[in-house]
Amino acid sequence: MNHLPLIIKREYLNKVRNKAFIIMSILSPVIMIVLVLVVAYLSQINNDKVRVISVLDESGLVQDSFKNSDNTTYNLLSGMSLNDAKKLTEEAEMYGLLHIEQFSKIEDASNHIKFYSEESPSLSLISNIESKLEEAFTAKNLYDKGVNVDMINAARVRINLGQESFAGEKTSKIDSVVKLIFGGAAGYLLFMFIIIYGNMIMRSVIEEKTSRIIEVIISSVKPIQLMLGKIIGTSLAGITQFVIWLILGGILLTVVSVVFGINVQTPQQQMVEQAVATPEINAQVQNIIEAFYHLPIANLIVAFILFFVGGYLLYSSLYAAIGAAVDNETDTQQFMLPIIMPLILAVYIGVFTVIEDPHGTVSTVFSYIPLTSPVVMLMRIPFGVPIWQQLISLVILLATFMFTVWFAAKIYRVGILMYGKKPSYKELIKWIKY
Amino acid sequence: MTNLLEVNNVSKKFGTFTALNHVSLAVPKGSIFGLLGPNGAGKTTLIRVINQITMPDTGEVFLDGEKLQEKHIKAIGYLPEERGLYKSMKVGEQALYLAQLKGLSKAEAKKRLTYWFDRLEIGDWWNKKIQELSKGMAQKVQFVVTVLHEPKLLIFDEPFSGFDPINANLIKDEILHLRDQGATVIFSTHRMESVEELCDDIALINKSNKILDGKLTEVKRQYKSNTFEVGLRTENSLALEQELADKFSVSKAYFKTLDDELKLNIKLSENHKPNDLLSFLTTKAEVSHFVEVIPSVNDIFIQTVKNNS
Repeated sequence: MNHLPLIIKREYLNKVRNKAFIIMSILSPVIMIVLVLVVAYLSQINNDKVRVISVLDESGLVQDSFKNSDNTTYNLLSGMSLNDAKKLTEEAEMYGLLHIEQFSKIEDASNHIKFYSEESPSLSLISNIESKLEEAFTAKNLYDKGVNVDMINAARVRINLGQESFAGEKTSKIDSVVKLIFGGAAGYLLFMFIIIYGNMIMRSVIEEKTSRIIEVIISSVKPIQLMLGKIIGTSLAGITQFVIWLILGGILLTVVSVVFGINVQTPQQQMVEQAVATPEINAQVQNIIEAFYHLPIANLIVAFILFFVGGYLLYSSLYAAIGAAVDNETDTQQFMLPIIMPLILAVYIGVFTVIEDPHGTVSTVFSYIPLTSPVVMLMRIPFGVPIWQQLISLVILLATFMFTVWFAAKIYRVGILMYGKKPSYKELIKWIKY
Repeated sequence: MTNLLEVNNVSKKFGTFTALNHVSLAVPKGSIFGLLGPNGAGKTTLIRVINQITMPDTGEVFLDGEKLQEKHIKAIGYLPEERGLYKSMKVGEQALYLAQLKGLSKAEAKKRLTYWFDRLEIGDWWNKKIQELSKGMAQKVQFVVTVLHEPKLLIFDEPFSGFDPINANLIKDEILHLRDQGATVIFSTHRMESVEELCDDIALINKSNKILDGKLTEVKRQYKSNTFEVGLRTENSLALEQELADKFSVSKAYFKTLDDELKLNIKLSENHKPNDLLSFLTTKAEVSHFVEVIPSVNDIFIQTVKNNS
């Protein structure tokens, strides 16, 4: 008798009708949007603040370098002592005072310049002032030594290294960034999916144990059917939730940006917009779009589905086995570590090693090891992984998945009927022989 | 009468622990079969073997002459001792789901559920969640789910726990009714008075071995010790007791009467007949009470388990 569809239906409906699930599905995108709004608003407040900095330039060399910008106003002082200048700056509640002493040797400039302020200034402000001063003094130095600065500027050559694979595919630096974003997003999505819905499966197994319905069910269906039904039903509920999030998030984002107009924009978006305005960066946007078309899209989609499903099922059967082995959620901790560790390892390898060298030994090896392969391989694929490598990895993943389901089903079969004591790893191994 | 269920030489080990050691049983068709034994004796394991939840290491189980197989799941209704329902699911929905798992169609399950819910007067619970019901109420739902697919073999593990006397009686009547309609019932319990009342046959399992089985009446006949409980009205009870103790094996008996007479258990040896004892007693005192001591299931249980250990 095949009860799998019936079990999947119950698990699915039970999850989807759950109040917490409905609230989470609707509230999460709302919370996300509100968060984005708050961050955008806060960064705008921060940007609106104008800093006033007074400059006392006794050397008379750099006054012209300090031009007012949106965020900073420079107040040039002259003909007063340092102490007076300090007092004035402090009383006027200005942000700080930049003091440049009179000096002769331009190479010693550093020893004669100081910044005074009430609180320690931000790193970006300091480096901003430093670069302005460096530029001014360097120009002065060059001028003094009889070098024509305009000629140097005119002689400067810019290089943008064009890249092409042996097969003749053009790539670029931006290509890599786009690939990284796609790979990273796919890997991270899988990671999140496993953690959220794996836990959900585990809880639902524990619920069956604590409500003691398990023996009633087990006398009608095979444990492995129940386990698979649970995994598939919960995953479908998870996909439903993800789709709701996407649609709702999309609608909300559109509504919010229409209502609030430009206010919604994050600084990054502003940057992009400014970039588009200038022709040089406009070309870069073109590059990004081109890079997107360079992605192995068909391969990416097929591999995403296969590795996502394989990786998710592999982990969720482990979660189900853990749920079966314990009586309550607090006991799950000791068994969670071996599951979480490879997952986190996979994400770290994906983020650090794949960026560095997508086809290096570490990346390649970990894209074969079944517990890390789904995440690492998904991150590698945008960089172009030979199909045979993908197939080997997939075959290993599937074989491991079948082994894990067999193993989990054994533990599940015994575990769901065990109450009371928390089992050790040794006992779990023993259960397999029952 | 043929047997509905035959368990032949079934053994099951969990690691080094032996849960069942070459156990054989035969459950006659249409009977109520009491499966008894102390805690941890292996009853639940045996029941799980019959339900195909646990696979035996050796031995076979036959249901209605056929070797136990997957299709027999539909032929068995099992009410486990550790039982419960999904707390957040509605009663009706849940009962439908469990009935469908036993192979009933949704329409058929609904029809039968309506019948049973009316019969047990729980019709208006259909849309309630289990967590809103009391324990006894949930047990009723569970009972209905167990019998709904009209199985040939019903297995009840402690069916009366959690019920008040009225509902326990109701369930008892339903079990007898199902038996009369042709179902065979295996009944596992520690409540010996219900075994006494309901069971036609019993088996006793202790420390993974079957140590006793048969018709309840046969078992009792086997265990009776030719002992008679007597009440004697006499002037000089001490002297009489002494005299009887010289002739028979005598011990004090305890039963309720109106007068304060001499109460004794008298065990007869093989060559004595009850009538001989009675006529002898009538010459010594006025006999107010003369009953053969028939061992209760409780006595048999305790005696056998003690002797076994």
